[in-house]
Amino acid sequence: MTEIFVLTEHRRGQIRDITLEMLTKGRALAEKTNTELTAVLFGKDVKEYAKTLSEYAKRVILVEDSKLENFNSKAYQKVLSHLIKEHKPLITLIGHTSFGVDLAPSLAVSLGMPLATDCIELAFENGTLTVTRQMYGGKVNANAVLNKAEGYIVTIRQATFPAENTSMNGEIVEVPSPLSDEIAEKRFIEYVLPAPGGVDITAADVLIGIGRGIKDESEIPQIEELAKTLGGALACSRPIVDKGWLSNDRQVGSSGKTVKPKLYIALGISGAFQHVLGMKNSDLIIAINKDKNAPIFGVADYGVVEDLFKLVPPLKEKVNELKG
Amino acid sequence: MDVIVCVKHVPETAEADIKIDPAGKSIEKTGLVFDINEWDDYALEEAVQIKEKLGGTVTAITIGSEDTDSTLRKCLARGADNAIRLTDPKFEGADSYAIAKILHKAIEDLSFNIILTGALAGDDGYTATGPILAELLGIPYVTMVKKIEFNGDIAKVNRELEGGLEEIVEVRLPAVLTIQTGINEPRYVSIMGIRKAMQREIKVLGLADVGLKEDEIGSWIKIEKMYVPPVEKQAEFLEGNPDEVAKKIAELLKARGLI
Repeated sequence: MTEIFVLTEHRRGQIRDITLEMLTKGRALAEKTNTELTAVLFGKDVKEYAKTLSEYAKRVILVEDSKLENFNSKAYQKVLSHLIKEHKPLITLIGHTSFGVDLAPSLAVSLGMPLATDCIELAFENGTLTVTRQMYGGKVNANAVLNKAEGYIVTIRQATFPAENTSMNGEIVEVPSPLSDEIAEKRFIEYVLPAPGGVDITAADVLIGIGRGIKDESEIPQIEELAKTLGGALACSRPIVDKGWLSNDRQVGSSGKTVKPKLYIALGISGAFQHVLGMKNSDLIIAINKDKNAPIFGVADYGVVEDLFKLVPPLKEKVNELKG
Repeated sequence: MDVIVCVKHVPETAEADIKIDPAGKSIEKTGLVFDINEWDDYALEEAVQIKEKLGGTVTAITIGSEDTDSTLRKCLARGADNAIRLTDPKFEGADSYAIAKILHKAIEDLSFNIILTGALAGDDGYTATGPILAELLGIPYVTMVKKIEFNGDIAKVNRELEGGLEEIVEVRLPAVLTIQTGINEPRYVSIMGIRKAMQREIKVLGLADVGLKEDEIGSWIKIEKMYVPPVEKQAEFLEGNPDEVAKKIAELLKARGLI
């Protein structure tokens, strides 16, 4: 019986959430396609992880090798393609993460299998794999079909599927590493941790997040004043950090911080999923954006379709009045 | 250091109103402003900075119709030495794989030390062209790059991971690096600079010129249907002039004990 493969992603001593999310989706896929769910785990001294994964999958294939201690796409590609050629899984799921985007495309080329990236849904029916992915920063969804093949590689967007624990009590199969030599052309050296200190936006009760709607650095102080009036701090989406207007300790989202304040006001933030991932669990979300179709309005409790600069001055005034 | 930078001409949609075209397989392009893909803009700047520091040349390559010339002119004005446009009606609707195959054929005979491109494109977001191109060329690659240092034929790069974390990776040249936004500050070009670039040559190559046959450029995936994402939850919209809306928000915050 053929399989659905899920590649385990772990970093600095932890299995990353995306793995369990993919296993949950993979289980549903396996049931529908009458296949078996297999978690694939590479690393060094990671038997503990294999136990955790066995609760989610029918089988865990474990490959331990000191050359697999830290993620190296080249090493992973060699081991994973070896397993795929042997097991011929119908679909191999990999996270659409920094880890997955460094591996899946070249893996697909080397195996001659079609690849669909950053998928938010997938279905295999009548011998055809159909995926749903987002385009244009999340403003459009596209349903796409993959060329028919023996097997498929799919990368899955983070936090798209819930992770549900089951007690599958799967078997753990240890396989010897097929790697012989060190990978010379690409080497992991070390992690660089975020600089300590700075502002801790995760501790703030009130956050005002700014994004692409801010056109010039000189526009930021008036927003900061509003934040102060509300007893809160300034946060932002990626473009503001890319421009160097705020430091990255203020960035909310998948490449920044996850926050859960009592109030999050999004000013000129369109709501790309990378940002939404970091703030969607805030208690109250108010979004102000000129574009009535901005995805942020699908996350916010209250929305205002307006030029943020027309709203910020009266808002500061009214808040001050009510503070009394 | 000879650098090739692969760029894409894309519609700016972050703040635009997007409509699906009647056939339901693409968006309505009329009225949208096109420019260099944001990630490629950083890749271009990085390419020019490498040339300024280490000497060599920068060659910008794109795939598309004559409309994409404005993006190539921008590359020339910003410091690229050569510009190549790969144009053929058969290139329409290409996914990352098809695009990488076309680039591969155009690049394999060029001399280069490093290829830079954006980590992803803001339109389709595949995040795959760079590593596919590298695999086809048989050279190593690193994706999501935030910093590059050279040491002989080794590039020491920082890759962006999640949650503010980065990793340092060493890669042997020649290699493909895909660039993440924020790695540098893309320079502005004056109108004069763009005007001067108008006189420069853009080399145009078609399917046969790069040695490809029509059946060799197939995509992995095909879009069947595009639609506006269904709304699971919709914000309650506060209506009125700015003063009225401000008052509503302030009262709402007061009622919840937030002020």
